Amino acid sequence: MAIQLKMPALSPTMEEGTLAKWLVKEGDEVTSGDILAEIETDKATMEFEAIDEGVISKILIAEGTDGVAVGAVIAEMTGEGEEQDSVVSSEPVVAEEAPEAEPEQIEAAKVAAPTPVSRADDPAVPEGTAMVSLTVREALRDAMAEEMRKDDTVFVMGEEVAEYQGAYKVTQGLLDEFGAKRVIDTPITEHGFAGIGAGAAMGGLKPIVEFMTFNFAMQAIDHIINSAAKTNYMSGGQMRCPIVFRGPNGAASRVGAQHSQNYGPWYASVPGLIVISPYDAADAKGLLKAAIQSPDPVVFLENELIYGQSFELPDLEDHTLPIGKARIMREGGDVTIVSYSIGVGLALEAADKLAGEGIDAEVIDLRTLRPLDTETVLKSLSKTNRMVVAEEGWPACSISSEIVSLCMEQGFDDLDAPVTRVTNEDVPLPYAANLEKAALIDSSRIVDAVKSVCYR
Amino acid sequence: MAKAPRKSPAAKKTAAMRKAPTKKKPAASKAEPAKTTGGLKTPIYKASKAEKMEFYEQMLLIRRFEEKAGQLYGLGLIGGFCHLYIGQEAVVTGLQSAISPGKDSVITGYRDHGHMLACGIDPNVVMAELTGRSTGISKGKGGSMHMFSVEHGFYGGHGIVGAQVSLGTGLAFAHKYKEDGGVCLAYFGDGASNQGQVYESFNMAELWQLPVIFVIENNQYAMGTSVNRSSAENQLYRRGESFRIPGMQVDGMDVLAVRGAVEEALKDVRSGGGPVIMELKTYRYRGHSMSDPAKYRSRDEVKDVREKSDPIERLKATLIKDGVKEEDLKALDKKVRKIVADSADFAEESPEPELSELYTDILVEQY
Repeated sequence: MAIQLKMPALSPTMEEGTLAKWLVKEGDEVTSGDILAEIETDKATMEFEAIDEGVISKILIAEGTDGVAVGAVIAEMTGEGEEQDSVVSSEPVVAEEAPEAEPEQIEAAKVAAPTPVSRADDPAVPEGTAMVSLTVREALRDAMAEEMRKDDTVFVMGEEVAEYQGAYKVTQGLLDEFGAKRVIDTPITEHGFAGIGAGAAMGGLKPIVEFMTFNFAMQAIDHIINSAAKTNYMSGGQMRCPIVFRGPNGAASRVGAQHSQNYGPWYASVPGLIVISPYDAADAKGLLKAAIQSPDPVVFLENELIYGQSFELPDLEDHTLPIGKARIMREGGDVTIVSYSIGVGLALEAADKLAGEGIDAEVIDLRTLRPLDTETVLKSLSKTNRMVVAEEGWPACSISSEIVSLCMEQGFDDLDAPVTRVTNEDVPLPYAANLEKAALIDSSRIVDAVKSVCYR
Repeated sequence: MAKAPRKSPAAKKTAAMRKAPTKKKPAASKAEPAKTTGGLKTPIYKASKAEKMEFYEQMLLIRRFEEKAGQLYGLGLIGGFCHLYIGQEAVVTGLQSAISPGKDSVITGYRDHGHMLACGIDPNVVMAELTGRSTGISKGKGGSMHMFSVEHGFYGGHGIVGAQVSLGTGLAFAHKYKEDGGVCLAYFGDGASNQGQVYESFNMAELWQLPVIFVIENNQYAMGTSVNRSSAENQLYRRGESFRIPGMQVDGMDVLAVRGAVEEALKDVRSGGGPVIMELKTYRYRGHSMSDPAKYRSRDEVKDVREKSDPIERLKATLIKDGVKEEDLKALDKKVRKIVADSADFAEESPEPELSELYTDILVEQY
């Protein structure tokens, strides 16, 4: 029976890739361990190895093909001693098998990484500015590179930021441009290098400390809070700690409880810190540049699932955005959905579904979690009188609870319904695909919550 | 210089000690020969009479200042935690006398009053900070454990045990990055020497050849736990061996030994040799903090150290031998007492911070 070779998933979040190069041709004999092809993901080029012995009978996807879905059959081989034509007879059977396994995965990917459907223009960007399309990953890299060109006290340190080009490829190319003095690979030692970064900031430099993910920053949280955040206050304003702690935050995909957590509420509770959690590429770039320029310590929370998404970005020489300003992503008059980070995409998706049902939702992206732009939130509430907060994170002591409290304290007279929050389930994130899906926020839950506050 | 750790006689001694654990109470070393790894030397500094007088005055200022702080604490003028440096004066005096203010940097933990005075910071603003006044160096918002003076190259004053070691390594990183020729003295105690981040910092400091001296002020007790009860390797100068960091163990009750040793350490670090560990064997006469009843050691132990090893008395004896008159030393003591009394008056007369200060200095910029 023919062996099907399928497009491999080379990272937890990979949905598709480019079949860059075939290293074998039809009729070649291969043994396990032979490299069959090179596959390019948005993060890296990987080698695809044979795991069986046999003869390559058919190459189904030509080299250079983009957007090959994970799981698609890319070639077939016959096992040892098999006749090549037996492949043909088995083809229909396997052809049916392949798609069957896929839909759920594809749907899950859609839910996790929605495409923005509608958005209002960012007032911070001048009208008529030309736009370019860029992934969030590239936008973050460009932000660092631009600031490093401007200011030679800016440097990046972290695990795999230099020679590996970034565990998530965010620092790609920086080592080549800026050299090993300014792009520094650290040992796996978060507590230590967070402290060294904070000390270097006290000593007059502007470090960007990358955490491979914020889950690992738990080892370093003492320096983020006790050393970085409190220094200015404790010194009566004479000692600064201008540092950016950045990296992916929140749930990724199928990486389980210890690697899937949103630390936004943790850091946002700390006076002395600035906490930024952008959604799209334009905000990622404009706010990371602002973070690097800031004389204050900044926690910059990215999201792995959005890294590879492309967005329109203003083509400006210096696209720096103000810290502490929320953004109205979609204007609407019936209800306000407040969110940040990956939740914004889900909120926009929900808003579009709701539009189809005659509910006109306004979507606010908080962008900065501390200091919180309470003015924009309250202004929107006074217009729509109804609010849902959507957050990819736990419900208790969350940004959502903070917004609910804000509306109670300062917007009570504007409320026509209780403010409702839509969050992840209050459980450690499970591994099983179905349980993970059930635990995470999605747009249909936002739709339901909006309907309920609209009494529909 | 060669950094490969050599076999030291202490290694053999450790094995022997395991068979017959010593019951002797820990006490400050008296004229114990200095031990080193990595070929470091620890000569005794040959000070001029004028330099010895300076050291004497500096140590006396710290002693009298701390005595006054203890007194003000008892009167309720100083609150919270207050960790006195009495007994350890030779360490900071010897070390600070060897570095260049404005070029080098200093960072320490919460037992920081002495370090600030040795950095040349005005005693008035330190005492005012201890008493939580608006004229304090942190406007009264830092307190005893959290004081800083960037102007004097003093980067705190940190309340979390061991944090200053990573931060100090970061200051050294900045010296190297800026190529300013500076060295960081990162002070910490025998207690902090068991923190994990200390070893993370050792690793990176040696890996990147950072200009830092890790100064372990071994005052024998981490709060109430003696070194022997908390440390598998109680020879703390050897704690860098697996990172190839050379170490030296120095009599921290002898200011001239401290100064001599640090000059060698600085020579090594400034020549690009990477970090050095200095273990200063010292002793604190007072409790860990003001609220420490010190049940973990006997009065006799403290008395013994005070009588035999007191750093100020030891230097005084040398000065007398050098021909300095007793009355000159008395006059110096009077001068120092006046400075300290004035600082206490300054603190007491200063107002508490304005309530509006509650909301300032949280962030540098408005957003």
